[in-house]
Amino acid sequence: MKNIAVIFKKQIRDTLKNKMVLIQFLMFPLLVVIFENVVKIEDMPEHFFVKLFAVMFVGMAPLTCMSAIIAEEKEKNTLRVLLMSNVKPAEYLVGVGSYVFVMCSAGMAVFAVVGGYSGTELVRFIAAMSAGIILSELTGAVIGIFSRNQMTATSISVPVMMLFAFLPMLSMFNDTIKSVAQVTYSQQISELINGIGDSGIQAESLIVIAVNFVLAVILFTVAYKRKGLET
Amino acid sequence: MNRSITATEICKSFGARTVLNGIDLDIQKGEIFGLLGPSGAGKTTLIKILTGQIAQDSGTAAINGNDSRKLSGDDRKRFGITMDNFGVYERLSCYDNLKIIAGIYGVGKAEIMNALRKVGLEEAAKTPAGKLSKGMTVRLKLARAFMSDPDVLFLDEPTSGLDPVSAEEIHRMILAEKQRGKTVFLTTHTMTEAEKLCDNIALLSEGRIVEYGRPCEICRRYDHQRRLRIHLTDGNDIEIPHDKDAADMLSELIISGRAETIHTTEPDLETVFMEITGKELSA
Ligand SMILES: Nc1ncnc2c1ncn2[C@@H]1O[C@H](COP(=O)(O)OP(=O)(O)OP(=O)(O)O)[C@@H](O)[C@H]1O
Ligand SMILES: [Mg+2]
Repeated sequence: MKNIAVIFKKQIRDTLKNKMVLIQFLMFPLLVVIFENVVKIEDMPEHFFVKLFAVMFVGMAPLTCMSAIIAEEKEKNTLRVLLMSNVKPAEYLVGVGSYVFVMCSAGMAVFAVVGGYSGTELVRFIAAMSAGIILSELTGAVIGIFSRNQMTATSISVPVMMLFAFLPMLSMFNDTIKSVAQVTYSQQISELINGIGDSGIQAESLIVIAVNFVLAVILFTVAYKRKGLET
Repeated sequence: MNRSITATEICKSFGARTVLNGIDLDIQKGEIFGLLGPSGAGKTTLIKILTGQIAQDSGTAAINGNDSRKLSGDDRKRFGITMDNFGVYERLSCYDNLKIIAGIYGVGKAEIMNALRKVGLEEAAKTPAGKLSKGMTVRLKLARAFMSDPDVLFLDEPTSGLDPVSAEEIHRMILAEKQRGKTVFLTTHTMTEAEKLCDNIALLSEGRIVEYGRPCEICRRYDHQRRLRIHLTDGNDIEIPHDKDAADMLSELIISGRAETIHTTEPDLETVFMEITGKELSA
């Protein structure tokens, strides 16, 4: 527990200095504030940009940050110092993971405020977003575990994150894409968020998210068992 | 119990390549021990085994009597380590870099400041580690190793790539730790460093320790010729056998005032190493 807190605090201290990670946390929350206030188009669904950018945020920020942070610690040989000082790999991953979660929650709060959610809607929004953040973090951690350095991490995380972040948007315009996108958690989170005002929740969404979660955990376990945090 | 670091019959191979082939060590508390060997000899590998970073294929290793393969968090607190492949958080200040380790070891601000003072980095406490010179970075890593005030220090090539002045500063810090009763295990390519700092050294070659002892003793052991070199006031050098017959000649040279300096001709460590292994030590 103490070591997790140490890792968490270290990340907090690094936040303002780490442009790459900071941009990930700030970009979409800033964009949504600007777009919702500036762009007004006739017949546009209510809070169109909240729903659009929230999903992109969830698909991109946790994934990129997790993989970038882990890969950088490997590349700069700081991870081995932590492990040498008896930080357990699991403690490290939980420390970084909870940091990314907290930062993304701050972004999520911006979306919630701009979207004007309250009551059940707010609960549903937070639940959907949190599930997305955790899934993206797991995916990012897998990429971080497999990458030796930041270059490799970026070259893997960019296409993966594009897939999760942009499929939901593209599937608005193309049904073929939509049918493929159905199996991804980000598409389902997009649907949950878009259906937040409806009375029921699509069972399909929950099942797909659950299956994605199981797959991510398996992938993560395999990666972790095979590679640990070794560089 | 005065033993600090012990190794018995350590063997380690990477695939088909045998790197360590039966290493025995017995390092006493409070001594500076130097492990010397050419690049690729297995110095770093041995440190990794002793500190439990990798497992040996056979044999046993222990620090402060604790098996290296089963070191607990508290055991780890009792030794400090720097290796050339240990990095620093470049964006974080020196202070914040140490704060991370302080948090893990559960020590406070006083210890952080103390460690910074020991390595002369108090002024740079707020400087991002990425902005430090090479010598200062080494000192920051040393400070990190000092954080838990450990009994034993492992320093893997602490001065490699440093200019003589920075290296000298590191030497002073290592000697200061010895003064405080700490045990230091260091590896180096530099013979003069070993001669200056170490109580005992071991020469590692082809997986074995081929020579062990006090640096000057080792050199004497390889003084096959046993000769004296006399530098004369006229600028010439003469060498004479170091035996009874030399006495008359020496006294004559001294009385007549022709001898300016007299030296024994035992080889330096570098030469000894060449003789034993047929390889040069410093790459
Ligand atoms: N993880 C590893 N896998 C395979 N081979 C390794 C591994 N680690 C070390 N080696 C090999 O073991 C040998 C000894 O390496 P080691 O780093 O211990 O040497 P060293 O004496 O520290 O050298 P240097 O003076 O260059 O630091 C080298 O040939 C190296 O290639
Ligand atoms: Mg080495």
